[in-house]
Amino acid sequence: MTESTPTKAADPALDGPADTLEPPPARIHGWRAAWRELVKAPLTGKIGLVIVLVYIFTAIFAPVLAPYGETEVVGKQFQQWSSAHPLGTDNLGRDVLTRMIYGARNTVGVTFLTTCLTFVIGAATGLLAAAVGGWTDQMLSRIVDVLMAIPLLIFALLLLTIFGTSIPMLVLIVAVLESTRVFRLTRAVGMNIVVMDYVEVAKLRGEGLGWVMGREVLPNILSPLFAEFGLRFCFIFLLISALSFLGLGLQPPTADWGSMVRENAILITFGDFTPLLPAAAIAVLTIAVNLIVDWFLHKTSGLRDDH
Amino acid sequence: MNKVLVMVAQRIALGLLTLFVVSAIIFLAVELLPGDIATEILGQTATPETVAAIRRELGLDQPAYIRYFEWLLGVVQGDFGRSLATDREITELIGARLLNTLFLALVAAAVSVPLAIGLGVMAALYRNSTFDRSVNIFTLSAISMPEFFIAYMLILFFAVRIGWFPSLSKVDLDQPLFDRLYAVALPAVTLTLVIVAHIMRMTRATIINLMSSPFIEMATLKGLPPWRIVVRHALPNAWAPIVNVVVINLAYLISGVVVVEVVFVYPGLGQLMVDSVVKRDLPVVQACSLIFAATYIVLNLTADILSIVSNPRLLHPR
Repeated sequence: MTESTPTKAADPALDGPADTLEPPPARIHGWRAAWRELVKAPLTGKIGLVIVLVYIFTAIFAPVLAPYGETEVVGKQFQQWSSAHPLGTDNLGRDVLTRMIYGARNTVGVTFLTTCLTFVIGAATGLLAAAVGGWTDQMLSRIVDVLMAIPLLIFALLLLTIFGTSIPMLVLIVAVLESTRVFRLTRAVGMNIVVMDYVEVAKLRGEGLGWVMGREVLPNILSPLFAEFGLRFCFIFLLISALSFLGLGLQPPTADWGSMVRENAILITFGDFTPLLPAAAIAVLTIAVNLIVDWFLHKTSGLRDDH
Repeated sequence: MNKVLVMVAQRIALGLLTLFVVSAIIFLAVELLPGDIATEILGQTATPETVAAIRRELGLDQPAYIRYFEWLLGVVQGDFGRSLATDREITELIGARLLNTLFLALVAAAVSVPLAIGLGVMAALYRNSTFDRSVNIFTLSAISMPEFFIAYMLILFFAVRIGWFPSLSKVDLDQPLFDRLYAVALPAVTLTLVIVAHIMRMTRATIINLMSSPFIEMATLKGLPPWRIVVRHALPNAWAPIVNVVVINLAYLISGVVVVEVVFVYPGLGQLMVDSVVKRDLPVVQACSLIFAATYIVLNLTADILSIVSNPRLLHPR
């Protein structure tokens, strides 16, 4: 799981360009180099970063920020915006602002968890395929080919019908299906590293498979993986929201942005924008993550993957 | 030319094999359940006798591979079996809905593909201009929004506030064409926005990539006018990647159509599938999955074949 946490993955990439600017430092301290990169970042990148930080803050401090309880019924149904309920109340008389805040925790939290699991599965199998090659690679690649031959949403719907809609199942199903994309990327970039001389040296030294995968190949493919993490996060976020919207993702009474739109959709036909706020929250976070990924890709001008 | 034929034949064979494997997965995934459909139907009321009776009725007492081949044989003849929830013929349930979904998808594709390619080529040719930047911002926002957000925004503004279009898309088979087009306007626009954004971004990247290749530089150095470079040198080599981009993104139609149909209560296959998932009506879900997956595989196959057939290097071998 550590290879996919943003801070860790960002470091090697952020170190590189800074080194070329300052003549003497063989090794600038990681935090100072990171700070310098931040100051130099394009405006769009900064905006993206600030937005993501706000979301993370909201998710962590949800119980403190929210005026009411997550599932607490505090008034009549569909009340207008007022000082007591800044965004009104929903179809069961719960405070919309409160549920928006808890939604940040639930929706984004589940998405983040799923993305991490996706990367653990995808990167591990991808590295394995690249490092071992031969039959293992063939087997894994053909399995992934077949899994990718079915449209993702359709496959997810089929599996959810069979296994039912609980959160662990949702996370597992989406992670397995999405990990096929990570597998392909990891395998492709890993293949280029495996043929390097220093990997050969490590093998001759008698290092095991785990060392070759984790200590020789993985550190050298972190930067494309990090960019992919951002893009995958967006896709998984949209997929889980779509499933929740269809009533098959996070289940009530959990506050979740996708299902909030579904629960209150009736208000839209009266010309009210409130039910769309959770959807707007989804869109804003996705755009912000995309902006950061664009900035990062521009920096490392590494591998670009548009789907 | 012979080589091209062989490659095309190989692709078709591979496509058929994929289709076969996928159908097996869709059918046999159910076997992963701890119980089976019989215990699923009966739930709490299951006794060994009733379970055995239902198994016999549904043919579940036979081994999985026999049931699979019987199912496949039926599917090939257009018979998907019966729905668990309503006990109606699935073929009957699907028929009209499939046509509705195809109609919606065709309208969306017909509008979005030319628009997206045109915009993408323009953005690539006038790279970093104001036009390019504004288009880039638009597409980034469009692909970052959930489909249901775009759909409800359109409903809010064009159906509720201005009242130009209906918010629910009611269609039936004997409506005149213009009425049908009017009814699917908002769902089609929703799908169009999403697809245009995807195709455009990828077309732009493809063209920019192509314009930096040596033979284009050569053409520029020869002093050819820009239009001639684009039409004679760039486009013949661009068809294959562009066709690929278009077809890959038409696959977005498949997942997009499910959500959009639910928002607009459009009587299509996507809505049927979601309803059946909620009811855990497995045979219907399997039938819908197979149709969507088959469409997807055929689209990808078409992309492969078109890019082989339009590849100048393969068509004019040295």
